[in-house]
Amino acid sequence: MSDGPLIELDAVAKLYRMGDSSVHALDGVSLRIARGEFVAVMGSSGSGKSSLMNVLGCLDRPTSGHYRLDGRDVSQLGRDALAAIRNRTLGFVFQSFNLLTRTSALENVELPLLYAGVGTRERKRRAEHALERVGLASRMHHHPNQMSGGQQQRVAIARALVNEPMLILADEPTGNLDSRTSLEIMALFQELGHAGITLVVVTHEDDIASFATRRLSLRDGKVVDDRAQTPVSAAALRVQVAS
Amino acid sequence: MNILQTVRLALRALLRNKLRSFLTALGIVIGVGAVIAMVAIGEGAKARVEAAFSSMGSNLLVIMSGSTRSGGAFGGYGSMPTLTWDDLAAIRGEVPSVRAAAAALQSSQPISSEDLNWTTTVVGTAPDYFIARNWTIESGQGLSESDIETGNKVVVLGKTVVQQLFGHSADPVGHVVRIKNVPFSVIGVLATKGQSPMGQDYDDAVFVPQTTFQAKIRGGLQKFIAGTIFVSAHSPEDAARAGRQISALLRERHHIGPDQDDDFSLRSLSELAAAQQEGTKTLTTLLASIAAVSLLVGGIGIMNIMLVSVTERTREIGLRMAIGAKPRNILEQFLVESLVLSLAGGLVGVSLGLVAARYLAARFDWPLLIRPDIIFLAVGFSGAVGVIFGLYPARKASLLDPIEALRFE
Repeated sequence: MSDGPLIELDAVAKLYRMGDSSVHALDGVSLRIARGEFVAVMGSSGSGKSSLMNVLGCLDRPTSGHYRLDGRDVSQLGRDALAAIRNRTLGFVFQSFNLLTRTSALENVELPLLYAGVGTRERKRRAEHALERVGLASRMHHHPNQMSGGQQQRVAIARALVNEPMLILADEPTGNLDSRTSLEIMALFQELGHAGITLVVVTHEDDIASFATRRLSLRDGKVVDDRAQTPVSAAALRVQVAS
Repeated sequence: MNILQTVRLALRALLRNKLRSFLTALGIVIGVGAVIAMVAIGEGAKARVEAAFSSMGSNLLVIMSGSTRSGGAFGGYGSMPTLTWDDLAAIRGEVPSVRAAAAALQSSQPISSEDLNWTTTVVGTAPDYFIARNWTIESGQGLSESDIETGNKVVVLGKTVVQQLFGHSADPVGHVVRIKNVPFSVIGVLATKGQSPMGQDYDDAVFVPQTTFQAKIRGGLQKFIAGTIFVSAHSPEDAARAGRQISALLRERHHIGPDQDDDFSLRSLSELAAAQQEGTKTLTTLLASIAAVSLLVGGIGIMNIMLVSVTERTREIGLRMAIGAKPRNILEQFLVESLVLSLAGGLVGVSLGLVAARYLAARFDWPLLIRPDIIFLAVGFSGAVGVIFGLYPARKASLLDPIEALRFE
């Protein structure tokens, strides 16, 4: 682990060709995200926040510019090398959970370890630990269709955590959840942030962004606003709502 | 991810859609089952034909008289006697590749012992007949040259006739039987010969000296042979040569010009056997191609279902890629799935084929010959079908863009 920032974007551009015209989904984005930061990425649809997430998540390569993750330039790596980085360094949380149906919570969480080549016993131990961490120790053998939306998203977070990633990327993680459950999930994210994991959460909701330590706004593929903020404590808010 | 985990993953995915997996594998099951059953039955039939021909006597040639021709219509071979006893003597004396040659005069006659009676084929012949037919005496003795010369009223019985007239374990040698009411003393019993390729029972016959036959059973033309001549050569190679030599000899003796047809027919049993085997081979080839087509159709079915499966599971593929599956992992996953599907189909097909073959063999009283090499070949072939037809869908899955795949509804 190097001491520099976890994420360094240097004039990153993403160009989509559509017939004759081309669209700049990202138009020269430069930014640094330090270890342990909790960043909310905001913007309307078409602002480029999804493209930014795809590049940050090593799912897509920038058309130009450089992306250094943990000090390593990953902007021009091949598919297999990117898959390995996603597997070991990153964790993903999606709006629609993306759990495998008819597969227990435990096995869903084990999935990244399977591709990392971890042995059966160690896999089970680590998956159980990750599920305990998100408060689902008692529901390890339940299937996703036997769980509430909030519980399913917790399973997804456990899956993102199980490889002990440096960075968790969440794309509208509360988009399918009611406001009480959203608070639960955000409290969990803040907990992970305190534990030193870097978080990047895409959202279009102001109150979700208020739980982050930094707020990044995009428009037309450019960063238009970037400011640090004092986060609202989701845990405290939950107590308030409950009383 | 190791191969065991991949296979487990594939099994789970296939068991998730049990009916669909079963129907998909059914094409392979039918194809492989048909191959196994057909080959087992075909081999059994072939073995049976071979056994039947070898029991008829190896290196055997059969000569029959020519046909009558009245108003342009042929009467069939043997309808007009053209072969003479002198012809037979010449064949025996002048053709060196001939080991034995004898005439067989046949007539269906009632025959009785003291208590029982039976109708069978009475054959008038000479000692050479048993050499030519490769037929041994089980008890007593065979016909001798002196029996022929003096026209003794002696008879050698086939096994079936013994059973009909004397019962299973009796030894009839020394007893008297009556053929056409003429008493004949039994001098010997032949060993069991079995059935002809057409199912005729060789053992349902009795043998008397040809001279006695002509005097007591059916008179006839003194000079001509009203029957068939059986000739055996020293070896299978000799049989072809003997055939040519006999043909030339008979044409010369019958004064047949170079552009005239033979007035006799000469067949070699090895030719007949070869023709029969050729027929079996054609049938086997036909069945094999039908099986190949059904395996091909089964393979296309697998490809179709795998393509559907890849489309259905696009999001799953996207997710797997996002959390670290390499394209190779995805390729393996789907390839192993189609391989498991086709191999399972192949194995079920083998079992069903064996059951079907056993049933048919029992039903038609064929020997059941199971060839392990065909079983391995069939299973291997179905595996190959799974890999070949699974490759395209699996490759398609592995080349998906994770972003697109995750967004897929």
